[in-house]
Amino acid sequence: MWIDLLIVTCKVLFMFLFVLGIAGILTWVERKQSAVLQDRIGANRASIFGVRMIGLFHPIADALKLFTKEDFVPLHGHRVLFVLSPALAIVPALMTFAVIPFGDNVHVLGREVSLRVSDINAGVVLVFAIASLSVYGITLAGWASDNRYSLLGALRGAAQMFSYEVVLGLSVIGILLVYGTLDLNEIVRAQGGYWLGFIPRWGVFVQPVGFLLYFTAAFAETKRMPFDLPEGESEIVAGYFTEYSGMKYAAFLFSEFCEMVLVAGLSATLFFGGWQLPVDVARGLALPLVGVVHISGLWVPLLQLLTFCLKVVIFLWLLMQIRWTLPRFRYDQVMSLCWKVLLPLVLLNIAVTAVAVLAVKG
Amino acid sequence: MDTEKSLSPSAEVDILEPTETRRMRVNVGPSHPAMHGVIQIVVEVEGETIVYSDTNFGYLHRGFEKECENHTYQLCIPYTDRLNYVSPLINNEGFCLAVEKFFGVDVPERCKYIRTMLSELSRISDHQTCIGAAAMELGAFTPFLYLMKGRELIYRILEEVTGHRLTINYMRPGGLAADLPEGFFEHLRDILPVIREVTSETDKLLTKNRIFIDRTRNVGAISKEDALSFSYSGPCLRACGMAYDVRKAFPYSAYDRVDFEVPVGSTGDTLDRYLVRMAEMEQSVRIIEQCMRQIPDGPVSVNDPRVILPPKQEVYHTIEGLVNHFKLVYEGIRPPKGEVYQMVEGGNGELGYYIVSDGTGRPYRVRVRPPCFMIVSSMDFMIKGAMMADIVPVFGSLNMIAGEMER
Repeated sequence: MWIDLLIVTCKVLFMFLFVLGIAGILTWVERKQSAVLQDRIGANRASIFGVRMIGLFHPIADALKLFTKEDFVPLHGHRVLFVLSPALAIVPALMTFAVIPFGDNVHVLGREVSLRVSDINAGVVLVFAIASLSVYGITLAGWASDNRYSLLGALRGAAQMFSYEVVLGLSVIGILLVYGTLDLNEIVRAQGGYWLGFIPRWGVFVQPVGFLLYFTAAFAETKRMPFDLPEGESEIVAGYFTEYSGMKYAAFLFSEFCEMVLVAGLSATLFFGGWQLPVDVARGLALPLVGVVHISGLWVPLLQLLTFCLKVVIFLWLLMQIRWTLPRFRYDQVMSLCWKVLLPLVLLNIAVTAVAVLAVKG
Repeated sequence: MDTEKSLSPSAEVDILEPTETRRMRVNVGPSHPAMHGVIQIVVEVEGETIVYSDTNFGYLHRGFEKECENHTYQLCIPYTDRLNYVSPLINNEGFCLAVEKFFGVDVPERCKYIRTMLSELSRISDHQTCIGAAAMELGAFTPFLYLMKGRELIYRILEEVTGHRLTINYMRPGGLAADLPEGFFEHLRDILPVIREVTSETDKLLTKNRIFIDRTRNVGAISKEDALSFSYSGPCLRACGMAYDVRKAFPYSAYDRVDFEVPVGSTGDTLDRYLVRMAEMEQSVRIIEQCMRQIPDGPVSVNDPRVILPPKQEVYHTIEGLVNHFKLVYEGIRPPKGEVYQMVEGGNGELGYYIVSDGTGRPYRVRVRPPCFMIVSSMDFMIKGAMMADIVPVFGSLNMIAGEMER
């Protein structure tokens, strides 16, 4: 009994540290990557005893600064909701990682352990169910702030997130139809192997349109440029978190980064084989110059974990690159993109996939 | 009361009856990220649609015109730097040309070419700032920094020439403060390709960007007639399809000897204003290249004791020179009685100086015709019925420079 508890605690701790760690580093990555993109050097001032570590201390400096800031609550705002809404924003973003697998099942201490926090067989549904709760954080934050910019931001956020949730949910239906399961680990397992010996059986090759639609909608859900209308800096100041300061402000920022990690993780899991290596592990790892290296034991889950992380990092890089390249949409344009372009496409994708699945599987 | 009825949870409430709504009044500025701290737009919105707006400015009024009345003509020149502080050399040029008009002096050829070249460099930096800032406010931060890279090069070369980056105080009635420094043309030859490069980088990031085009096309459009009735000039007027450019219509300095085109738009929307500015930067580079080929040697200031300080050799060794120097510094140059109006093509349009002289060393009245003032006055007209988010691109494309607008 206590071993099970220990294992679960370990997994929870690992996932927590993984997500929060990546989100913390992302604040640094955002600065450095944008700097590279814009011919700048980027943040490099924070130092401890003269050691600068290419600016890696900046997240720490940020955290210290934000912790020591005044915790401001607007005079006429709704005090309870104002304090509650940053939590409402960040908790769903963290909770959804419970069902994302970062490796195949392993045998530890005489029992089979799955490398994810919770073995829920309806993982996809859970992810979207919890992720959709994060809209409350934004809406209530904007409303409780007693600020007109915040209210405008909250309205934009609510409309945008509700709309794109429809597309987001429908865009993965294709994948679910193809693999016939809601269990994320099963979906990943089904993506192992090759077509024609070299194309990995990744979901993106079965559902290319589905992936693009999913990625667009998920991007909109993260509320980052070009979809950062709820924040809309220079239009509505800072949108729904205009009035927030200190760590409450950081909570919103962090929830945004956590959502980015979530989008990257889900993209990798659903469409890019999750923890599946692009090479066949069973036959050994074919390395150039070295030859075939047979791997076994704990090396397999370790490699799977690294593969998953690498895929997540690549997606995060892509998200950053897009964010620093494109200008912002306008409110009505985002809405018409969702309802007039993405929704018909996603419905068409479902219909075509359904017919194809029926034809292939009989 | 109505509100009570609609709020009560009784079953008799007609749900089809429209809810009582109120417009929301939002104060955009002066402390707002897109308003530069110097302008306030009070908007009333229904949802996101603007139904009423009221633009207030005057936050940066510094009394330039009144201040000039208490200074000699030479002492006014540093103040002109602070009108349009993004392209101060053009302001210098306009004021100097106006004073020269009093005396009827014609500055040497070399001076004309230098003025033209530096004005065009200033125009490029002005347009770069405008496009960059507008793009940044739309969320495209990267083109802004690319353009700032180009502007930095211009500022460096202006620093070489004038000793300052922003408030340059370089031109004088009757000439220039100094000749170009050594190695100027080599440096200029080096930076022109970079300026072209940042322009084309921006072009790739914005002009071919669907989101940017969606955000700017048909946004803040103004017809030629309306633009003229608002007394538009400069890139904003040319974006409406009217090819009025002071450099072509009333050539000054060396503009009649260089070949350049006046780019015009058609619809007068934000996208056209952006495209006109992009095209003008290329034309400015062309003008600079031609000036570099044509520029003659010779003095940079007119040899006229009435307007220009005598050479130091004369001041130190002849009594006439010393007296001349003393009188010019102490009393200032004394234009004949009368009035002049001289306009130049500033970064934003026709920048006019109307100066009345009563024969003394100080102007009786100086009046500046700032292009921004007229253009920003049409802000309410342009954003009516638009969306809240449209304020930002429209305002950005007008290139409001408060120093010039409010004087």
